[in-house]
Amino acid sequence: MLTFIVKRLVIAVPTLLILILFSFALMFAAPGGPFDSERPLPPEVMANVLERYGLDQPYWKQMFDYVKNVVFHFDFGPSFQYRDRTVNDVIAQGFPVTLTYGAWSVLVAVIVGVSLGVAAALRQNTWLDYLAVGITIGAQALPNFVMAPILVLIFTLWLGWLPGGGWNGGQWDHVIMPVIALSTSYMASIARITRSSMLEILNSNFIRTARAKGLPMRRVIWRHAMKPAMLPVISYVGVAIVGIITGSVVVDVAFSTGGIGQFFVNSAFNRDYAVIMGITVLVGALTILFNLIVDILYAWIDPKIRY
Amino acid sequence: MFGTRHAETLTDAPLEAVKGRSLWQDARGRFLRNKAAVTGLIVLIAMTLFALFGGLLAKYEPDFVDFSLMGANAFRGVPSFETGHYFGVDQDGRDLYARVVQGTGISLLVGVVGAFVAVFVGTLYGAVSGYIGGRTDQIMMRIVDILLSIPFMFVLILMLVIFGRSLLMLFIGIGLISWLNMARIARGQTLTIKNKEFVEAAIASGVPTFTIILRHIVPNLAGIVVVYATLLVPEIILFESFVSYLGLGVQEPNTSLGALINLGARQMNNGTLWMLLFPLAFFLTTLFAFFFVGDGLRDALDPKDR
Repeated sequence: MLTFIVKRLVIAVPTLLILILFSFALMFAAPGGPFDSERPLPPEVMANVLERYGLDQPYWKQMFDYVKNVVFHFDFGPSFQYRDRTVNDVIAQGFPVTLTYGAWSVLVAVIVGVSLGVAAALRQNTWLDYLAVGITIGAQALPNFVMAPILVLIFTLWLGWLPGGGWNGGQWDHVIMPVIALSTSYMASIARITRSSMLEILNSNFIRTARAKGLPMRRVIWRHAMKPAMLPVISYVGVAIVGIITGSVVVDVAFSTGGIGQFFVNSAFNRDYAVIMGITVLVGALTILFNLIVDILYAWIDPKIRY
Repeated sequence: MFGTRHAETLTDAPLEAVKGRSLWQDARGRFLRNKAAVTGLIVLIAMTLFALFGGLLAKYEPDFVDFSLMGANAFRGVPSFETGHYFGVDQDGRDLYARVVQGTGISLLVGVVGAFVAVFVGTLYGAVSGYIGGRTDQIMMRIVDILLSIPFMFVLILMLVIFGRSLLMLFIGIGLISWLNMARIARGQTLTIKNKEFVEAAIASGVPTFTIILRHIVPNLAGIVVVYATLLVPEIILFESFVSYLGLGVQEPNTSLGALINLGARQMNNGTLWMLLFPLAFFLTTLFAFFFVGDGLRDALDPKDR
């Protein structure tokens, strides 16, 4: 097990480095600097500005310093747009918000998805099954940026039940719509995967044996069927988490929740490279981390994987 | 009793020479029997015709701004056949029908071109990796693994910000991302066919490696590649719409369905719901149609899932 984890880490670390270097290389390829504007600054001022942001250094030195600061001090440097803030400030402000509704979305997607999938598999070819399959097909074709305006339309404009945006310190009524918009399509996929893998397991010999021994159905499902049926779900959860992180950008834009996605898009419009890069690297690190966790979890549960 | 009936049908049946059916004929038959897939295909053809020729029916150019309707579209720009604004007018006084035609066209174009790039690069990469095998294969696939674990949406937006937002950049960015899965699929399929006799025969008769890949491996990947390309197109359309929804994709005066949905969503409070619902309807119809066609093709061509 330990060698397996070490092996995965050996791949994960260079991946992150490649991401950082690639983003950095892109920035150098950019035409024009971040401080070029319509009215050019006086040369002395420009020299000062460049010095403050370390842009007067040779490229390799800038890149080296950036990687060093990120890796050893978790410091993404100053923002190019907001004079008084660093990228770390921006992340510290937005990340808790993203984490809150992101974690809820993952929970909802997994719990609702798995329950729906198991229920559909146990009642195969009944109205419940058809309902579940219908919901999953419909929900899969509704990506988050379509869900978001539809939800606002129904729950804010027509019914007036929920506020159409804002965060308000994460009060429950501000969290509901972002979570639904983010989790629905992944919930649907998880339900579909759970249903088909559960059906396959329920028709296998060891379940028949368990039933033949006279075990109650409840026990058969929880003790015997659940674990193998969850394997494909676990490998999908990694994908879902990455999708939810990416989708948080849409939620932030649609509901003005103030997570890192909102800063990301605003910085994209302001050409604030430092913030864009910082968030890209952070998200990349999270993605790689979650993939790593999922891989390890999978190897731990699945006896067929040899490491 | 069963015996006699069986005999009757046998004698009634006209005798015909057994005709061989090719893989593709078989697949076509299976596809045409799938009602959802055929409906999807018809819808897609209609959608393409709409994108190509729908503009002829429009009374206005997509970038024509009617200043008398600007900001007053909620009550004077309602969808109607009399004014010629079939789908109504947007907040800048532009004809929404013409914009939807344009947006559908660009969304389809991005999807198809993106899928084409992915197919071209991914198939070649996967076939080479799978055919050569060994250390080369390991390194090439490790590269794909590494690239797959990068959050590409963010990198794409970074690229769009740095190099400017243009259609070409979108094509390059999306193409760069979407070949990865295609490469994996092509490699897997290559592994299963590279030990077949016809490849052995080609090797024995001294065909150079790269020619074998191009002439003997790649054509035999066609089935699975076609299936995944069809499923890739809606994914890329989704991808582009995602970026355009954020306002970072296609630039005005060009537009795409994602950008139109974004504009419509922002104007919801204004009472101009048609700005959201028309693009949304076209978007969802296109997606569903592609999904159904892709599923139908998979059932028809992919022997594993049947």
